[in-house]
Amino acid sequence: MTDTKDISREAVVHMATLSRLRVTEEEQARFARQMGDIVRYMDILSHVDTAHVEPLYSPVQHSGSLRADLAVTRRQREEILANAPQADDACFIVPRIV
Amino acid sequence: MTDICSLSLTEVACALHKGTLSAVEVTKACLARIAATEARVAALITVDEEGALALAAALDKAGPDPARPLWGVPVTVKDALSTKGLRTTAASRILENYVPCFDAFAVQKLREAGAVIVAKANMDEFAMGSSTENSAYHTTHNPRDLRKAPGGSSGGSAASVTVGQCFASLGTDTGGSIRQPAALCGCVGLKPTYGRVSRYGVIAYGSSLDQVGPLTRTVADCAHVLSVIAGHDERDATSSPRPSEDYAALLQGKSLKGTRLGIPREFFGPGLDAEVRDACRQAMDKAEAHGAELVDVRLPHTEAAIATYYIIAMAEASSNLARYDGVRYGRRASPVSNLEELYVRSRTEGFGQEVKRRIMLGAYVLSSGYYDAYYRKAAQVRRIIRDEYLAALNQCDALWTPVSPVTAWDLGSHADDPLQMYLMDAYTLSLNLAGLPGLSMPVGLGANSHLPVGMQLMGKAFAEAELLAIGHALEQILPPLAPPEI
Repeated sequence: MTDTKDISREAVVHMATLSRLRVTEEEQARFARQMGDIVRYMDILSHVDTAHVEPLYSPVQHSGSLRADLAVTRRQREEILANAPQADDACFIVPRIV
Repeated sequence: MTDICSLSLTEVACALHKGTLSAVEVTKACLARIAATEARVAALITVDEEGALALAAALDKAGPDPARPLWGVPVTVKDALSTKGLRTTAASRILENYVPCFDAFAVQKLREAGAVIVAKANMDEFAMGSSTENSAYHTTHNPRDLRKAPGGSSGGSAASVTVGQCFASLGTDTGGSIRQPAALCGCVGLKPTYGRVSRYGVIAYGSSLDQVGPLTRTVADCAHVLSVIAGHDERDATSSPRPSEDYAALLQGKSLKGTRLGIPREFFGPGLDAEVRDACRQAMDKAEAHGAELVDVRLPHTEAAIATYYIIAMAEASSNLARYDGVRYGRRASPVSNLEELYVRSRTEGFGQEVKRRIMLGAYVLSSGYYDAYYRKAAQVRRIIRDEYLAALNQCDALWTPVSPVTAWDLGSHADDPLQMYLMDAYTLSLNLAGLPGLSMPVGLGANSHLPVGMQLMGKAFAEAELLAIGHALEQILPPLAPPEI
């Protein structure tokens, strides 16, 4: 399947970066070992002949239905903002970005 | 268990409609059962005593409504389903204080049917796990043996139903998360066909696999709940427009005589514990003695299903869980100096170990250079597995297999070995890949462990009525499990 059967600590750090996560030194070592086990196990798929097989991404059998493109108000602004960690009466507030 | 709590959902709903029991009486009985058992079982995350009693009182004031089939019936709901005004955590710290402003479709249907939601049930964080040990809050104990895991990820739902805290629970099943805890706790659990129950308001894990379904103490109870929650919902594009059925009305009249049950030999190979195999064998002998025909079928790619499933589920999880950014809802780290740090620290502090592992592995299998080798390859194998199921189902009325290779295991026994835990899902996750329905029900006890053994009936798409009818017929001939001694 691939030539990467082991997961290095650097690879763990890269995956964490892609995932917007930070991993401690101790987690790097543990995840490298556990993920290596998992990825090596997944190599079982390299033995399955999938030539000429179309991928199946969803089991849905019906065709999608279209709806009218109408704006509907399902929620009030204050309901949505009620769960925000920080907000004013109109907006979510985040640290200054410019 | 008090007398009220030992009734089936079908019985209690009947008593409520007749007026021989009041909604307040039944709700109080369940709340008392929760108070008596929760310190030992820990099946729940949030108990809504006040809300449940207020609703029950309002129902009593209005009087029983024959148009509402679950009128006054207390239920619990897995904490992965959004409940308007009631905290919904997905058993994660990142959603510790999240209170949805809308109901999931299935929850809305329960409420419209008159059900009383008494509590939100514990689960593995974001439904990622097979033992409910990955909850950020606490570990649920199997009510049949408190040292054992209840299964997962809907372990709180299965435990709460089994121990009589409620008459039904809603769970979600992405790779066996309804069927496996039902088997390990000794109750009934149904994973409907993908698209049968709307996923609207379900906290997403693997969107092409997730499905909502009931956990109950009898097959008839399961049919009643499915009748309530099945149906089309335009807010979920994968929800099927096919009309739902009155599953309870279709239960009767199914004889095992002549019913062809497909037994895939791959499910009875190495890895299946002897006591589980023997209990399944006894159930199959009984079914055969009552006229069922056992048909040998093949599912040759069963061994590839675990890897296929985990690649797809992790890829979908890494995408779905990108939304937890500490901005619009959920936990936000503080103080932070910039937006990037806000994202990274909120997620790092908010997610548990298993969730991080799956998000990161999902990012890995989707990343440039690996996408074709892992994700696309898994999607191709998924089609092969689905086609094998459809071919096997053309030779019989339903497939019949064990749910878990072992009975409930000791809590903590797979704590540092995630791969070992993934292998436990071998018998359940193919069905999610194929999008087909499966009904898990107890068939007996393991000879050594004296713990429940479950088997699942698996059918063609939208064959829920037939699976429930066969399950109901099997239930009549198999020895009933005694309630747990707690």
